[in-house]
Amino acid sequence: MPVNTKYEKKMGAATREAFGRTLAELGRENPDIVAGDADLTKSTMTTYFAKEFPDRLFECGIAEANMVAIGAGLAMAGKIPFVASFSAFVMTKGFEQLRCLVAYPNTNLKVVGTHSGISIGEDGPSQMSMEDLALACALPNFTVLSPADETATKWAVRWAAAHQGPVFIRTGRPKAPIVYEADARFEIGKAVEVAGGTDVTLVATGLLVAEALLAAGQLAEEGISARVLDIHTIKPLDEAALAKAAVETGALVVAEEHLVDSGLGVRVAQALARTAPAPVEFIGLDRFAESGSPDQLLDKYGLRAPQIAEAARRAVARKK
Amino acid sequence: MPKISNPADLAEICKQIRRHIVTMVGAAKSGHPGGSLSAVEILTTLYWDVLNHDPANPKWEGRDRFILSKGHAAPVLYAVLAECGYTPVETLKTLRKLGSIYQGHPDIRFIPALEASTGSLGEGLSLALGMGLAARLDKASWRTYALLGDGEIQEGQIWEAAMFGAFHKVDNVCAIVDYNRLQLDGAVKDIMELEPLAEKWRAFGWHTLEVDGHNIPALQQAFAEAAATKGQPTCIIAHTIKGKGVSFMEGNPKWHGVAPSPEEVELALKELA
Repeated sequence: MPVNTKYEKKMGAATREAFGRTLAELGRENPDIVAGDADLTKSTMTTYFAKEFPDRLFECGIAEANMVAIGAGLAMAGKIPFVASFSAFVMTKGFEQLRCLVAYPNTNLKVVGTHSGISIGEDGPSQMSMEDLALACALPNFTVLSPADETATKWAVRWAAAHQGPVFIRTGRPKAPIVYEADARFEIGKAVEVAGGTDVTLVATGLLVAEALLAAGQLAEEGISARVLDIHTIKPLDEAALAKAAVETGALVVAEEHLVDSGLGVRVAQALARTAPAPVEFIGLDRFAESGSPDQLLDKYGLRAPQIAEAARRAVARKK
Repeated sequence: MPKISNPADLAEICKQIRRHIVTMVGAAKSGHPGGSLSAVEILTTLYWDVLNHDPANPKWEGRDRFILSKGHAAPVLYAVLAECGYTPVETLKTLRKLGSIYQGHPDIRFIPALEASTGSLGEGLSLALGMGLAARLDKASWRTYALLGDGEIQEGQIWEAAMFGAFHKVDNVCAIVDYNRLQLDGAVKDIMELEPLAEKWRAFGWHTLEVDGHNIPALQQAFAEAAATKGQPTCIIAHTIKGKGVSFMEGNPKWHGVAPSPEEVELALKELA
C-alpha cells in the first residue's frame, strides 16, 4: 500500500450493505449458500438475498438462539449458511449455541453481526454491541473478521464463504469511510499497512481505521511519522506485523469501537508481551453509551482522530 | 443395515443394550443410567427397524439422521452404535475415561459417525430442523429424528424450534420426547410442570402422538405415522419409565445421574439376563 498520510475521508457504503450485496452475489454463484435471519432482513441487508432466493433464506422470527442452531444444522447437512442479526443479539443470545454447536464441533457456519459498536446511534445501548469481538474471540475454531469498509467487507464475506469452518464478521450500520481502492487485495490473518511510518504505529479496526488515517495526517504535521495497520482479522492476529511495528516504531496505539478491556487492544498487548514489548496506549469504550447520531457518539465517546493522535503523542513520549 | 422388524427380536436386542448400559456406567463410576434405560426401546426401534443407515458407510448422504438432544443419555446411544457395528463393543467399558471415544456426552470429534455433539440441553431439535431444511432443499428423502428429554424441553429454545418447525412445515423431522417424568432434582411436575404436554405440541402446530415408549409395536406404528405425515413435523410423546428394566432403578430420581456399585451392577445384570 502507498504511504497515505494525506487521507481524505470519503464515505462509501455501510459494511452491512456490502455484506448484503455480496451475499446475494454468492447466492448466484453457489446454490449451497443459504441464510438465516431473525426479523431484521431489511436491517442486516439479507433482504437482497431473500428477494432473489426466497426458498434459501430462512426467517427465524425473533429467536436468535434458534437461528444459530438452525444454521448449524444446515451446515452439518452440507449447506454454507450465513446467519445475521445485530451483533448485540446474535453474539449474546446465540452465544451458547455458537459455543456448543458451532465452535466445539467446528461447524461450517458464518455469523454476521451488523449494527456493531456505538455507531448504530439513536437506538441506544440495548442495541449496541461493545463486547462482540470479545465473545467471538472466546470461541475456539472461529475466525474473527472486522472489515473497515465496503471493499474489505466484500472480501471478508467471500473469504468466509470459501473457508471451511466458523467465521464471525463484524459489520456496522452507518456509511463507512472508504479506506481501500475497489481492487485492493487482502490476506487472511495479515494486517494491511494502510500508511507507512517510523515513529509510532496506529493499530485500528473497523470504522477506526479511517480515524487512524486522519490521525496520522495530523501527526505528520507535527513531524511524527505514524504507521497505520488495519487489523481486519482479529483472530488469528497478525502477531508478526505487530512485532515488526513495535520494533521499527517503538510505540503503538490500538483503537477500536469496542470495550477497551476485552477487544483488539488486549489481544495486541498479549501478542506484544510475547514478542516485542513496547509502550501501547488504548482507545476504546469503557462504559455504556446513549442515544445520539453516530457522529455525535463517536465524538462524545472519544473514538476520533484527535483522541488517537493524542494517544500517539503519549505513546511516543513513553519511548525510552 | 438390514432391518429387523419382529418385536420379539427387537426386545432381545433391547435387553443386550440394557446390559451394556448398566455395565458401562458401573465401570465408569459416573454417568446417567436412568434416562438411558428409559430410551432403549426408542433407540433400538429406530436403529434396527426405522432408520436407513449403513454402519459400513457412516457418512452415506442418503442416511436418515438421529440426534440425541438429551446428550447425557450417551450410554444408550453408545451401546446402540456399538451393537450396530459403528464402534467397538469391547471398549464400551472405557466410558468417560481419558482417551476413550465414549466421552461423557456424545462428541463428534471422537465418533465421526455421530450426527452432532450434544450435551447442552435444548439445542438438538433446532439442529434436526436445520438438517431437515437441507434435505428439503436437496429434494432428498432422508429424515431426521431428535430425541428430547422431558426436563430438557423446559429450555426455551425448544419452543423457538417448535414454532419454527411448524411454520416452515419441516415434515421430514420427527421429535420424540422421552417422557419419563423424572429429572435430576426430582419429579418433572415438581420442578417445572410440562402438562398439558401433548396440547402444547399441538398448539405449536406439530402432529402429536402419544405412545407407550416401551411398547415396540406402538413405537413402530408411531414412526410410520410420522413418516406418512405431510405438511407438519411430528412429535411423539413416549411415555416411559426412568431406569426401565432394573427394578431398583425404576421410577427413582436418584438414578438420573448416579452409577451403580459393582454389587448393584451384578444385581441388575441378573434381572436383565
